[in-house]
Amino acid sequence: MLLSRVADSLYWISRYLERAEHTARLVDGAVDLRLGRQSTSGAIERLYGSLGLPPAAVEGQIASFADAAYFDASNRNSVIACITAARENARQVREEISSDMWQQLNGLFLRLKQMRADKSRVARTHFVSRVVIEGVHLFQGITDATMAHGEGWQYLQAGRFIERAGSTAALLDLFLSDTSDPAEMPTPLDQVEWVALLRSCSALEAYCRHYTADVRSERVAEFLLLNAEFPRSVRFAASATESALLAMAQHSGRRPGGRPERLAGRLHASLDYAQVDEILGDNPHAYLTGISRQCAQIHAALYQTYIAYPIESALSA
Amino acid sequence: MPADPRFANYDLGPAFDEMFDTVGEARPQYRALLDDLLACTPQDLRARQAEADKAFLAQGITFTVYGDDQGTERIFPFDLLPRIITRNEWATLERGLTQRLTAINLFLKDVYHEGRILSEGVVPRDLVYSCRHYRREMRGVHVHRDIYVSIAGTDLVRLEDGRFVVLEDNLRVPSGVSYMLANREVTKRVFPGLFNRYNVKPIAHYGQALLATLRSLAPPNAADPTFVVLSPGVGNSAYFEHAFLAREMGVALVEGRDLLVHDTIVYMRTTSGLRRVDVIYRRVDDDFIDPLAFRADSFLGVPGLLNAYRAGNVSLSNAIGTGVADDKAIYAYIPAIIRFYLSEEPILQNVDTYLLAEQADRDYVLDHLDSLVVKAVGESGGYGMLIGPQSTAKERDHFRDLIMADPRNFIAQPTLALSRAACFVDDRIEPRHVDLRPYVLYGDKVTIAPGGLTRVALRKGSLVVNSSQGGGSKDTWVLLD
Repeated sequence: MLLSRVADSLYWISRYLERAEHTARLVDGAVDLRLGRQSTSGAIERLYGSLGLPPAAVEGQIASFADAAYFDASNRNSVIACITAARENARQVREEISSDMWQQLNGLFLRLKQMRADKSRVARTHFVSRVVIEGVHLFQGITDATMAHGEGWQYLQAGRFIERAGSTAALLDLFLSDTSDPAEMPTPLDQVEWVALLRSCSALEAYCRHYTADVRSERVAEFLLLNAEFPRSVRFAASATESALLAMAQHSGRRPGGRPERLAGRLHASLDYAQVDEILGDNPHAYLTGISRQCAQIHAALYQTYIAYPIESALSA
Repeated sequence: MPADPRFANYDLGPAFDEMFDTVGEARPQYRALLDDLLACTPQDLRARQAEADKAFLAQGITFTVYGDDQGTERIFPFDLLPRIITRNEWATLERGLTQRLTAINLFLKDVYHEGRILSEGVVPRDLVYSCRHYRREMRGVHVHRDIYVSIAGTDLVRLEDGRFVVLEDNLRVPSGVSYMLANREVTKRVFPGLFNRYNVKPIAHYGQALLATLRSLAPPNAADPTFVVLSPGVGNSAYFEHAFLAREMGVALVEGRDLLVHDTIVYMRTTSGLRRVDVIYRRVDDDFIDPLAFRADSFLGVPGLLNAYRAGNVSLSNAIGTGVADDKAIYAYIPAIIRFYLSEEPILQNVDTYLLAEQADRDYVLDHLDSLVVKAVGESGGYGMLIGPQSTAKERDHFRDLIMADPRNFIAQPTLALSRAACFVDDRIEPRHVDLRPYVLYGDKVTIAPGGLTRVALRKGSLVVNSSQGGGSKDTWVLLD
C-alpha cells in the first residue's frame, strides 16, 4: 500500500537528484573544456545553455559560471535548488525511506549549504562537483542497500531513469543539432569537444573500452543513445523505466498493458531497433526532441494512473 | 555538595532539588550518576554533548519555529544528565494518572450525553458550555467504548516538599513523546556505561503500545482495521514526531489531502486506488479537522470527516471535543470530578487555581498580580501567560485589561517553585527548573510509558519549559529497583 502523495514525492526525490548530478557533470565538463583551450567552436556555450543560465553568466569567469550553476537558488536547475527540492520531498516522506537514506540526503544538503558559505569554494569547482556526484551515488547505493525493493522503490527508479533519458537526449540534441543561423556554415565540433560530452556523461572510459579512443561523432551518438549496457545511455534508461513501470502495475494490482508501461515499452523497443546512421542522416533534432516528448508522455501517464487519478473512476472500480 | 569546581555555581534554593537533599547530600538514586560525572573530564563531557547534538541533527529530530519565515529547523536542546525517578515515586504517579484519566473519560461521556454532573451542580453548566473547546456537534454521539481521551500528556511539577502535582491535562493532541524516545536512544549511546549501572525501565515498546491502544478503538465491524496518523503536514512544528510515530507503528502517515469521505466512509488515496480507513490517530486540532463542520478555511482537514465519525464508520484518537476537559478553568474541578465519578480521593493533587470568572477570586487575583501566574484557559505551549514576579507594571496592566474584558478566559495560580534538576551548562553543573510530562495510553488497558518527557527551562532562573520559549529536555529514568 502506497499513498499517491508519497509515490509522487519518491518519484521527485530521484528526479531532482538525477538533475543535480547531471548539472554537476555538465559544469565539470564545461570547466574542464574551458581550462584546456582558449577558443572552441561553441561546445561550451552549448553546455552553458543547457543549464539554463543567463548569457551574463556565460560571459563571466569560469568560477562564477560554475558558482551560478551550483549555488544560485533562483535557477531551478542549479545543484542547490535540486538538492533542496529533493530533500524537501524526502522530508515529506521520512517514514517511507530508510533513516540512512534521509541522513545521507540531509547530510549532502547541509554540506552544500556549508560550502555555499565558504568563500574559498569558487576556486574548487571540481571538488564541489565531486561532492555532489559522490553524494548522489552514495544515496543511490544506500537506497538500494537499505530500502525494500518494493513499490516505493520503483517510483525512485522511475524518477531517476525518466529524468536521465530526457536529459541525456536533450544534451545530445545540443551537440548534434545545428541550431546556428542557417546562413552561416556550421562549425563542426572537434574531437576534444566530443570527449567533453562523453566526460559529462561519465562515459569516456566506457566508450573507449567499446570503440577504442577513436572518438567520432556518430559513435558518440550511438553510444549515448543506443548502447544497451551503459547505464547513462538513453536506451538503458528507457529499459529501466519500463521495468519500473511494469513492476508498479504489478504492485498496485493492475492488469499489465496500462498506458504508462505501453508508452515506456514503445520507447524502449524503438531504441532497441534504431540505427544511428538513419537517425543522423534524417533529422537528429526531430528524433531527439521526440524522445523528450515521449518521456513527458510517460510522466503524464504515470500521473494519471497512479497519482492524480479522478476519484469517480476509482470509486466505480 | 561535591567539592568540584564544576559545582561552584550549584546553589540549593528553596525549590526541591532532584539530585541533592536540603543539606547538599546526593540522593541515593543519583549517587552512581554523580560518581561517573565527577570522573569525567570537562573535555569528555563536552565531547559527549557534541556527539548527542550531532545525533539529533543527523536524524533530523528538529522542530520548526513558528513565526520564522525561513522555516528554520532547530534541534530541541538536549541536556546530557538524566533525571531519575524512583520506583516508589513512579508507582504513585502511575496510580494517580490512571485514576485521573479514568474520571476524565467518564466526565466527557457525561458532558456530551445526559450531563449528570451538570444537573447535580458539581461542575457549573455555564463553565462547560462557555468553553472554547466544547463541541456541540458531539452531543449524543456514541463514541466507541466511551473512550474519548486515549492519549494524554499530563504535565506534572514537583513542589518544594517533593510532591508531584498536576499542572495541566493535555487531552487534545499532546506532543513530545518522540523526544522522550529519542532522548533515551541518545543517552544510551553517549553514556552506555552509566546506563548499564542502573536498572532502568524500558520505554522502547511505546510504538507497539500505541498501536494496541488504537486497535482497541477500531469500529467493531472493521475486521482488519487500517490505521493512519493524520498530520497537518511538514510545516507543523511536530511533523517529525508524526512521521516518527507512524514509522514506529508501521502505519501510513497521511495528510488531509490524502483522505476523502464518500458516503460517510473515509478513504485514502493510494497508488492502488482508494483504500478504506478505520482508525485515525489525528494530530490535527478539532478546529481544523473538517472544514465542513468547523473552520471552513482549513486546508488541513478532511471534508465530511465529522459525519463519517458520527456514523461510527471511523474512530478518532482523541475524540472530537476532548478540549473541554483540559480547559484550565475546568481543570480546577478535576478533583471534584474524580470524587463524583469514582468516589475516591484524588491521588495526584491540583495546583491551587483561582477562577477569574468568580468575583471573589477575581478581586484577590487583581490585587496580587505581581505574585501570581495568570493563564488563558484555552492556550497551551506557554503562550498567553503572565508570570507575576517576572512581569513589568505595563504587562500587568495589559493583563488586567484582558481579564476585565473576558474573565472567563483566565485563571490564576500561585507562582510555583518547580523542582530543579542538575544540568550540564557551559562546562558546569547547574540546577535548572524542570517539569515532567508522562504519556498515558488509554485503551483496553492503561499503559503509561515509564518516565515521560522531562522538560527543562534552560535559561537560568526561568520557569518556562516550552520548546518554543527556550526550553530543552532530558532523558527520564524510572528505576526498576
